[in-house]
Amino acid sequence: MNENKRKIRSQWSTLKFLLQKEFLQIFRDKTILKMIIALPVVQLLILPWAATFEQRNISLSVVDNDHSTFSRKLTEKITSSGYFRLADYSVSYSQALTAVERNDADLILEIPYRFEDDLIREQSAGIMISVNAVNGQKAGLGSAYLSQIINDFNQEIIPPDVQSGRQNRINVVPYYRYNTQMNYRNYMVPGILVMLVTLIGGVPAALNIVKEKETGTIEQINVTPIPKAIFILGKLIPFWMMGLLILTIGLIVAFIVYGLVPAGRLFNIYIFAFFYLLTFSGIGLLISTYSETQQQAMFVAFFFLIIFFLLSGLFTPISSMPHYAQAITRFNPVRYFVEVMRLVFMKGSGFSDIMPQLLHVIGFAVFFNGWAVWNYKKTS
Amino acid sequence: MKSSDNHITSSSDSTGNPSGFMIETGNLTKKFGDFTAVDHISFQVSKGEIFGFLGANGAGKTTAMRMLCGLLSPTSGKGRVAGFDIYKEQDNIKRNIGYMSQRFSLYEDLTVKENMRLFGGIYGMDNKDIKTKTADSLQELGLGSEQNLLVKYLPSGIKQKVAFAVSVFHSPKIVFLDEPTGGVDPIARRKFWEMIYRASEQGITIFVTTHYMDEAEYCNRVSMMVDGRIDALDSPVNLRTQFNARNMDEVFRSLARKAKRIFP
Amino acid sequence: MVRFSIFVKKEFLHIFRDVRTMLLLLAMPMIQLIIFGYAITNEIKNTPFAVWNESNCNPATQLIQKINGSQYFDLTGYYTSVGEINKAFQQGKIKMAVIIPNQFGNDLFHTGKADLQIIADASDPNEASAVTSYVQQIIMQFQQESSPEKTIPYAIRQEVKMLYNPQSESAYNFVPGIMGLVLMLICSMMTSISIVREKEQGTMEILLVSPVKPIFIVLSKAVPYFLIAMIDVISILLLSRFLLHVPIEGNIFLILLLCMTFTLSALSLGLLISSITKTQQAAMLISGIGLMLPTILLSGLIFQIENMPLILRLVSDILPAKWFITAIKDVMIKGLGFTAIWQECAILTGMTVFLLFVSIKRFKNRL
Repeated sequence: MNENKRKIRSQWSTLKFLLQKEFLQIFRDKTILKMIIALPVVQLLILPWAATFEQRNISLSVVDNDHSTFSRKLTEKITSSGYFRLADYSVSYSQALTAVERNDADLILEIPYRFEDDLIREQSAGIMISVNAVNGQKAGLGSAYLSQIINDFNQEIIPPDVQSGRQNRINVVPYYRYNTQMNYRNYMVPGILVMLVTLIGGVPAALNIVKEKETGTIEQINVTPIPKAIFILGKLIPFWMMGLLILTIGLIVAFIVYGLVPAGRLFNIYIFAFFYLLTFSGIGLLISTYSETQQQAMFVAFFFLIIFFLLSGLFTPISSMPHYAQAITRFNPVRYFVEVMRLVFMKGSGFSDIMPQLLHVIGFAVFFNGWAVWNYKKTS
Repeated sequence: MKSSDNHITSSSDSTGNPSGFMIETGNLTKKFGDFTAVDHISFQVSKGEIFGFLGANGAGKTTAMRMLCGLLSPTSGKGRVAGFDIYKEQDNIKRNIGYMSQRFSLYEDLTVKENMRLFGGIYGMDNKDIKTKTADSLQELGLGSEQNLLVKYLPSGIKQKVAFAVSVFHSPKIVFLDEPTGGVDPIARRKFWEMIYRASEQGITIFVTTHYMDEAEYCNRVSMMVDGRIDALDSPVNLRTQFNARNMDEVFRSLARKAKRIFP
Repeated sequence: MVRFSIFVKKEFLHIFRDVRTMLLLLAMPMIQLIIFGYAITNEIKNTPFAVWNESNCNPATQLIQKINGSQYFDLTGYYTSVGEINKAFQQGKIKMAVIIPNQFGNDLFHTGKADLQIIADASDPNEASAVTSYVQQIIMQFQQESSPEKTIPYAIRQEVKMLYNPQSESAYNFVPGIMGLVLMLICSMMTSISIVREKEQGTMEILLVSPVKPIFIVLSKAVPYFLIAMIDVISILLLSRFLLHVPIEGNIFLILLLCMTFTLSALSLGLLISSITKTQQAAMLISGIGLMLPTILLSGLIFQIENMPLILRLVSDILPAKWFITAIKDVMIKGLGFTAIWQECAILTGMTVFLLFVSIKRFKNRL
């Protein structure tokens, strides 16, 4: 009993010495320390503004072969809608196509000769919309807006005396829950913060043990009786704290600069981040134990980070991904943090609502850290 | 008997050290694939001895030492260090030894004091012990204002002395020194050996590899490794007589002639 | 020149010795392209939604079926109270709710006008606006189909033609983007790290005392990564053509030329980073953490640059990846020739020259 107690106490004091050393090293390198703080803050200030899928100023090239009242009215209606910007009037379709090739125009609206005549005499006329569809989403939305405007125009030009018959009209009342202003920053700031916290919590950890391998200091450690788990813990805790620090700074920036206050309890974010950061420091250290050089470690780290980030659901919704990709995202810790941020920050979800996500990251944390301890070998 | 001045050694003393040897090996072997780096070596080192482990580059000295320190698993053969089995009781071994590697491996971005504090702490010394011992070591090293410099700014001679001081900081039973004086001028080497002697006087067993043959004269006993085997083992005086040589260098030359391993 | 080639050989030896890193360098872009080529899509599909149907009339049921039947939506459940719907939103189970009031059927039958409430989860505004516009479209179709009379006077028929990408495949947009991101990261990270590593280990000094000019030593480190990047380019192009079926409309040599120009700019950025940092950690922080998110977010890979505020558009202008992605789309997808992309090429070349100039200057100052 007594023997065991003493053993445990001496292990804690060993950990204390290790932590002292890690922090000394971190604070000694002022350049790194400044970068670790400044890079996330600067990015948090700039990047959220980039995110908007709203389509404004879609450039339109009009080929008006009719030059009638209707065709002019239609063009006017489109350009005054706020969504479109008239790039030019082209005399021919091929000229308009050149504008698209030069990226001067995104859409071509071609109004055929005798448009007005056909509409009045035949009660129907066609127009052609050509969209630059390299970016399918942009093209889809652009053409949808355009056809909505044309439909409205269509309703307007029906003379009152023409009996249109009875049309059902369902009045749709949309309500944008949790973000009635449709402010993109509310959505992007927490998301980008997740990425930054992940980078700071995970990447330096990936480099750390390898660095000791490269400089040879690990030999001096391996020849001591220090238990593996204590050594790994000594490496883990500083990065874990660094991640929490960045999270805190980020939340302050979100409040001061973007006026964002979480709808739910901050406590829920921190309790999740607690385990999430353990996961990433663990992944980092695991990579570190497998790598021989810092270059290798960094490359592997970024390989996974790119995949984790792009499949996190921040940039494109997970529910829209194909099933196999959705399956991959189940193993993506970043996905769960993005979800939790969105749930707690914007929807005010409670502790029980984030339980599934929390359990997932606890599982990851145990798995990756256990693996890292197992794979770190003091004897080759 | 050396008084057990720290709790780690005292706790392990109870496990017993039946043969009384600090290091003993029997047919210890290490193979890397087809290559036999260490080939059935057997020897014993007694308590308090300064044991020289000599041989040409690539003879297998470092490999043998790394096995004894628990950094490398042997392929076959037996071995005990400080009374503990090198296969099963590596952690106990590690509690009782100090190690100074060939490549400087202290933290260069810490100061001398900080390095001492770290390793003292890892070996379970308490703050008070660390303080007294640090003062002693710094005095012995004769460091003035340099003691607060980051280790990377120290000249290489001092770095090596610091590395040695750290390796015996926790008063281990045995200290393993892997080519401790590589690339150091003759005066600094002499000073270094003075430190080794002082450690030995305190009852620490010294196991040292070197390829400087003049240093072999400083050892109580010397083993000569050739191609992974120990070809000769005795005190420097006896070896000179046995090989009819004026100095250790000649002993070494007559043995090295037989070597088949050629390292470019 | 002979000496230069000796240094290049040394660098190749480093890379080939390290089999693991080399395999990673070659396999990583391919794996990522495959994952993203299929997985990343801007389309909104299979959005989970719930219904609170107070009306239970025929048209309401038909409408729900119609929404559920579209590729955009998946019905996950029926609820009967605001509380239940709130819970589902908070647990992230649904992204949209349709609430049909109980007089819906009556109103529609008697007056032809009825109200209907849509609640979208706007914690992702992009998804929310896409979802509402899709559901409105479906409802509009529904009301036309359910109208007793179907002839509409003065009908303007719209014919929509999708240029370059008739099926609206997301891969057309993402392949060039991923190519830009991967090349940028490989080249700038790897060169900067490998140079700084030699500085850290002190081997740089040994090289610097040799009679070769410092800049050649540094350049020799970039050459192998340039070749690896080119192999990556070719493998990405082959994969996207034959696996993802993204067409290569333009001249293949022009595409390769463009990739080389871009790779050179990324390599010189790596050189610049290595000239201003002392430790691998610092180089990694700048080239990895500093470049990764800006390249993803500001280069046009995901978000449209023209929709960004002016300041961000200016920031994106200094990212080589932005110019590369614009140009490679023009050549690869639209099939345009050199005249369409000469500006981007010129800008990339200009950036390369500038970055090289600055880093040479910095390297000289050091010695």
